[in-house]
Amino acid sequence: MSPATIFDIGLAVLVLGVAAWTILVRDTFAAVVSFVVYGLLVALVWVRLSAVDVALTEAAIGSGVTGMLLLGAAARLRPAEAGATPPSALICASAAGLCTLIAMGLAATTLILPDPAPTLAPAAMAGLPASGLGNPVTGVLFVYRALDTLLEKVVLVLALVGVWSLAADEEWGGTPEISATRQPDGILTFLAQLLPPVGIVLAIYMFWVGADHPGGAFQGGALLTAMWLLVLMAGVRTAPATGLVALRLVIVAGPVIFLAIGFAGFAWADGFLSYPAGYAKPLIVIAEAALTLSIGVTLGLLALGPPARIDRQ
Amino acid sequence: MTAAALYGVCAAALVGFGLFGLITSPQLLRKILAFNVIGSGVFMLFGVIARRGAAGGVDADPVPQALVITGIVVAFSATAMAVALLLRLFKATGEATLAVSAPKDAGGDGDRS
Repeated sequence: MSPATIFDIGLAVLVLGVAAWTILVRDTFAAVVSFVVYGLLVALVWVRLSAVDVALTEAAIGSGVTGMLLLGAAARLRPAEAGATPPSALICASAAGLCTLIAMGLAATTLILPDPAPTLAPAAMAGLPASGLGNPVTGVLFVYRALDTLLEKVVLVLALVGVWSLAADEEWGGTPEISATRQPDGILTFLAQLLPPVGIVLAIYMFWVGADHPGGAFQGGALLTAMWLLVLMAGVRTAPATGLVALRLVIVAGPVIFLAIGFAGFAWADGFLSYPAGYAKPLIVIAEAALTLSIGVTLGLLALGPPARIDRQ
Repeated sequence: MTAAALYGVCAAALVGFGLFGLITSPQLLRKILAFNVIGSGVFMLFGVIARRGAAGGVDADPVPQALVITGIVVAFSATAMAVALLLRLFKATGEATLAVSAPKDAGGDGDRS
């Protein structure tokens, strides 16, 4: 067995072990911490599957921002922890049997997939030079399936509208609640002042390099979110009021600019979301720049939750 | 056994684990966690299919990869929405489950937060 195979087996066992722990451990807070570790291990699996773009997204969003959202929820739900009664042994046993059957069926399916596997990779690579991009994943996201990417941005905004609408009437337009630890000499404050400039430069780099190498608007945006949440948690800055017009403009700027470029396709190219020859890459970079900022702010606001108090001047 | 086949079996087991958690965990937050484990198992199946589709000079088919990136962001949106609903439920009732519990002492005040 080669070292790579041994690593793969070890990683798969570790992922399964941490997943089982996440599901079975008694304490909810421990389960959430375990889920964050699980997310990082899954990111490693993505690297082993040669999908570095996905690995970056999984580490930043699947593990990082989701972990932060769930940790906050677990801390708030602590008082309700003891109230739940687990289901009976019979239900657990039948659920275990059913889930084993489903997992075995899926596993068998993955082992008898057709060989050679059907693939769109050659087709994706063939059309790529015309767009000026070098990263085929960015090509799929912004050229071939740009409509999916646009709709996904709209889903993010709709989810935020949904979260905000759970606020009580009198709190509408207020500020989300965040448990900041204000220690002017603490390490968190130090990091919150030191890391954001570096993180912002890295985020811009990630979005810029995404045209040709792993990276892009999602990964850069998630990095911006992480920096923003760090600053908020350290209490260096306060969360913005959700009623601010400027904040709402930033949220919709990405999708609106992308949509405008899409409609302009009718005038300067063949139709919706098509780019004129030779200008594909600059247009995609403009759309991605706006989307990076919008994604960063929207993800952060989703993690902060609905507005919970009104700040009166 | 290739790496893709190994992670395919791993992904199938993750879906099984997550489904078990979704059915048996009484707490809603644990159900949301379990739902995310199912999701990552399904995404990993996409990754396996992408890896098997390596051709034309790339190591993995970019189409399933792009679908998964979109999927991860949408899964996060759904999780944020679910957590917000759960916290609202907790604020309104003081409960973090949907179980039909035995009647509690009458007048237990629900507005705890």
